[in-house]
Amino acid sequence: MNPLDVIPGFDAVTDNWPRFWAGFVTTLQLLVLSGLGALVIGTVVAAMRISPVASLRAAATAWTEGIRNVPLTLVLFFCAFVLPYLGVDFGSYFPLAIIALTVYTSPFVAEAIRSGVNGVPVGQAEAARSIGLGFGQTLTLVVMPQALRMVVPPLINVFIALTKNTSVAGAFFVAEMFAAGRFIANDRGDAVVTVLLSVAFFYLVITVTLGRVAAVVEQKVAALR
Amino acid sequence: MSTTVLYDAPGPVARRRSRIVSVVGVVLVLALVGYVLYLLGRPRVSANGAVTPGVLDPSRWDILQDLALWRAIGRGWLNTLRAAALASVLAVVVGVLFSFLRTARSRWVRVPTTVVLEFFRGMPVLLMMLFILLVFSTGAFWAVVIALSIYNGALIGEALRAGIASLPKGQREAGLALGLTPTSTRFLIEFPQAFRQMLPIILAQLVVLLKDTSLGYIVGYVELTRQGLTYLGTYYGSRYTFTLFAVVLVVYLVTNLLLSWVVRIVDRRTGRRGVVRGRGRGTGGLGGPGLLARAGRPEVDAATGAAQPTAP
Repeated sequence: MNPLDVIPGFDAVTDNWPRFWAGFVTTLQLLVLSGLGALVIGTVVAAMRISPVASLRAAATAWTEGIRNVPLTLVLFFCAFVLPYLGVDFGSYFPLAIIALTVYTSPFVAEAIRSGVNGVPVGQAEAARSIGLGFGQTLTLVVMPQALRMVVPPLINVFIALTKNTSVAGAFFVAEMFAAGRFIANDRGDAVVTVLLSVAFFYLVITVTLGRVAAVVEQKVAALR
Repeated sequence: MSTTVLYDAPGPVARRRSRIVSVVGVVLVLALVGYVLYLLGRPRVSANGAVTPGVLDPSRWDILQDLALWRAIGRGWLNTLRAAALASVLAVVVGVLFSFLRTARSRWVRVPTTVVLEFFRGMPVLLMMLFILLVFSTGAFWAVVIALSIYNGALIGEALRAGIASLPKGQREAGLALGLTPTSTRFLIEFPQAFRQMLPIILAQLVVLLKDTSLGYIVGYVELTRQGLTYLGTYYGSRYTFTLFAVVLVVYLVTNLLLSWVVRIVDRRTGRRGVVRGRGRGTGGLGGPGLLARAGRPEVDAATGAAQPTAP
C-alpha cells in the first residue's frame, strides 16, 4: 500500500508508473539534447550578429526574425510531416522533434547571448581596443569572459521555456510527459485532475530547479560586479 | 554607433575580405536553396511504381486559385485573431491583478500570490489548456483563451512588478508625502510609470500570445493552423500538404511581422515621454540594439530583472 494512495485518483498514476516515468525521462532527453543543439547554433548566430561582415549580420538577423515569428506548432508540424515527406526519415519522431525544438530555440539563445554582450560596458571594449587588441582578441579575452557570466540567468530562462515547449512535441507522436499524462487522463476519466496535476508537478520539478539555479547564479554575478 | 567599438572602420583589405566572405556565403546559401528546390521538385516514385509529380509541380499549387481555400484560411485567421485579442485583454487584466497582489504589503497576500505565480509560470501552457478542457469542460475556445490569459497574465504581472521595482524610491515617497494612501500611490504614481516602462515587454509578450494560439491545433480549437493543416488537408488530400503548410506559414509570418512592426512604432512613439530611465544605457551596448532597446529603454527581463529579451 502506497502512502500516497490517500490522494483520490493517485492509483491512476501508480498503476501507469512505467509510462509516466518513461515520459519524464523522454522530456529530460528532449530538454538536454535540443538545449545543447540550440546552444551551439545560438552561439554561432550571436557571433554572426556582432561580426564585422555585413552579410553574416544580415543572415543572422533574418534567421532570428524569421523563426521568432513562426509558432512552435508549425515548426513541429514541418519536422513531423513535411521533412519525412522530403526524404528525411529516422524511423522515429524523436530526432525530428529534437530538430524542431533546436531550431525553434536557437534564436532565443542568440538573443540572450547578445543581450549579455550588451551588458558589458562599452568602456571595456574601448579600453581593449585602445591597447591594441583586435576584434577577435577583444571578444575572446575581454568581452566574452564578462558577458558569459551575465548570460547564464537569461539563458536558463530560455531553457525553462524550452522545458515547457517540449510538451508540444507530445502532440507530435513523441511519448514524453504531456503525451503520457494525456493518455492516462483519457484512460482514467475519474482521475483527470490528479493525473494532470502530477504531470504539472514533474514539469515544476524541472522548471523550479532551473529557476533556483538562475537566481543563485544571478546573485553571484551581482556580487562580482 | 556603439557597435563599431569592437572593430575599426574596415580598410581596403578588410573590405575586400568581407566582400569575399559575403560572396562565398551567398553562393553557399544559393547552393543550399537550390538543393532543397531539387529535393522538392523531384518526382516521387512510391513502392508500387506510381509516380507523383514533385512538390514544385504546378499541379500541386492549383488550389491557390480556389476561392474556397482562401475563404477557409480567412475564417481560421479570424478565429486566431479572435482568441488572441480576447486573451490579450484578459492577460493584461490578470497581469495587473497579479502584480498588485504580488507587491501587496501584507505577507498573507504576497506569499500565496508568489506561489501561485510560480505554479502558473512553471508549467506548460498546453497542459493548462488540457486541464481546463478536461476538468471544466469549457470547450476548446475558452480552454485556449483562459489558459493563455492566465499564463501570459502571470508573465505580464512579473514584468509589471519588475517595472515598479525599477522606479526610483523617490516616486513612492513623494506620493506618500503628498498625503496619498499607499494604494492610491501605487495606482496613480507608480503603476502608470511601470506600465509605460514595461509596455514594449508587454506588447512583445502579446505577440508571443498570438503565436501560442496555434496550440489550439492540439486541443481542437479550429484556428489558422488546424483549419489550414487538418481540415483543408483532409479536404484537398495529402498531395497538397506542403502547399497548405506554405500558405499557413506565410499568413503567420505576415501577421506576426506586421504586429511586431506596430509594436516597434508604438514603442518609439511612447518611448521618449517622461519615463524614468532604468540604467541609462542608451541604445544598446556592444551587441547593437535589440528589438526592445530601440526606444532607449533597458531590456529588463520579466522574471529575473536581468537584461534579456522576451522568453520563447
